[in-house]
Amino acid sequence: MTGQTVVIAIAATLGVPAGLVLYSWLADQLVKRLRSRTAQNRLRPVLWLLPAAFLLIVWLLYPLISTTVFSFKGPQSDVWVGLRNFQFVFTNGDMLIALRNNLIWVVVFTTFTVGVGLLMAVLTDRVKYESVAKSILFMPMAISYVAAGVIWRFMYQYQPAGEVQTGTLNALLTSIVPNFEPSAWHFSRPPFNTLALIAVAVWIWTGFCMVILSASLKGVDQNLIDSGRIDGCTEWQVFWRIIVPIISSTIVVVVTTMIINVLKMFDIVYVMTNGRLETEVIANRMYKEMFVTQDYGHASAIAVVLFLAVVPVIILNIRKFVSGEEA
Amino acid sequence: MSEHVKETTQIKTASGEIITVNKRSIWVKVEPFVQKIPIHLIIVFFLVIWLMPTVGLLVSSFRMPEAILNSGWWTAFEPPANFTLQNYRAVLTQANIGQAFMNSVMIAIPATAMPILIAAFAGYALAQMRFPGRHLVFLVIVGLLIVPIQMTLIPILRLYNNLNVTGTFPALWLAHAAYGLSFAVYLMRNYIDGLPKELFDIAEIDGADNFTVFYRLVLPLTVPALASLAIFQFIWAWNDLLVALVYLGGSPDVAPLTIAISNLVGSRGRGWELLTSAAFVSVSLPLAVFFSLQRYFVRGILAGSVKG
Repeated sequence: MTGQTVVIAIAATLGVPAGLVLYSWLADQLVKRLRSRTAQNRLRPVLWLLPAAFLLIVWLLYPLISTTVFSFKGPQSDVWVGLRNFQFVFTNGDMLIALRNNLIWVVVFTTFTVGVGLLMAVLTDRVKYESVAKSILFMPMAISYVAAGVIWRFMYQYQPAGEVQTGTLNALLTSIVPNFEPSAWHFSRPPFNTLALIAVAVWIWTGFCMVILSASLKGVDQNLIDSGRIDGCTEWQVFWRIIVPIISSTIVVVVTTMIINVLKMFDIVYVMTNGRLETEVIANRMYKEMFVTQDYGHASAIAVVLFLAVVPVIILNIRKFVSGEEA
Repeated sequence: MSEHVKETTQIKTASGEIITVNKRSIWVKVEPFVQKIPIHLIIVFFLVIWLMPTVGLLVSSFRMPEAILNSGWWTAFEPPANFTLQNYRAVLTQANIGQAFMNSVMIAIPATAMPILIAAFAGYALAQMRFPGRHLVFLVIVGLLIVPIQMTLIPILRLYNNLNVTGTFPALWLAHAAYGLSFAVYLMRNYIDGLPKELFDIAEIDGADNFTVFYRLVLPLTVPALASLAIFQFIWAWNDLLVALVYLGGSPDVAPLTIAISNLVGSRGRGWELLTSAAFVSVSLPLAVFFSLQRYFVRGILAGSVKG
């Protein structure tokens, strides 16, 4: 890194916001110069939206279309190949393993993050050290997947049976379980290695689910819960028959957010196993098609499949956003 | 039970009085706690699981390299406890981690500074201005929220290659700014929409132009939302691996911490003294941000996911 880079970084940090302030002033002056009120009302939002629109169109909308087109073309995007790339996605052996793993990720990851998140939201609500407990559970949100990968590789460390175990998990299990056979969890056989990777992601995201579900729980009318208790409901019934139906829309939001998250999962697999021993997921296959095989047709088709997997989720959630819009 | 009721005991109250009560009323006081023991046990169980990995990493990063290889981190406090800073010295000088830390700073700070005003402009327009198609524009932005980054990698990489900017920080800043923008606009629009309408009416009656309304009214009132956006954007950019891998290439001159650490993992299975201290260097800044500004972090998450 040269001094020049530092100067550019400082210039961007201060200069871009300053430039934007200047831009908004000029835009406002320009609008004021217009005679017709209608023209003013038309131009004003366009100018205020322009910087965001520029970034979103160039970095998101245009690539969305472009990648879709590439997915029907060859490795260098020069010839049309029809559906051959998609045929590859759904027949190639490595791809099928990745698709299967993504399915495991979606089911296991979502179940545990939302399940444990809900459990912790309900339980911490009843104790005095609620905020400390929540901070601890939430803290991994600030940790990168890469650092979390290192942290958990260290947890899963293993020495051959009979030697001193330095990894926390193997040491714990060898001391508790008789005749326990220590192993490097993330390098064990499938699907257990994938489960070991999912545990890392669950560790990171459970706090997120807990925070959202907890906020929703606190919004539940206490009178409803009390009247349920007076009517003789057990705590279990109060939870399933009263609380869960009320917060169900939040649960749906959390579940869909988790699914969207986990479909794109890349970093944990890249850092912990790099796809060895059948731990590959779709996003890692795409990266390899881009940089190892350098087949942009295959890579684009994988991205499109990833996108299409999210579309049902968008449709499910659109009603929520639209109703939010009207409120 | 009946025997319990008859037995009495003496308690000294806070004011020094000695009062006689029967044991049943003590049970009344203790009972809520006893009933909650299973709850406490479950919570503590999860807290231990959640804390242990990070604590283990932190403790190990201060241990001697041989000690890390030969014994578990939980033995570190047994006498003779022997801690050292040499791992940190080694990792900051030898393993490119010092350089990578600076690169991460150079990437994350401009990537945070750039999109915030842009998002506030757009949020202001979408929340306060009436124009045809505003619902559609907002819907498209919300839709973009869910587009996987993977959909954008190939065309943007080609664009960057053609412009000869692959491997430069500005290319990465713009990508981070754009990728965070749909969430940022969504958050700002909802936040500004929630501000009292009367304020804007008064400003309009006073004849304030949009420039004045935005900088005198909107920006000061949206500081909490702007703060959560800044935290999110900073942590995203700091923790990102994929975007940096694709647009920066493999050169160590520009590699952020995430790339440098994943290279350390790949190059050796051992060398835990370097890995643990490098990992802790990389989480130190986001954790500091997280603990000092947790309130805004939580608020941003709630605003982004739950309406209200």
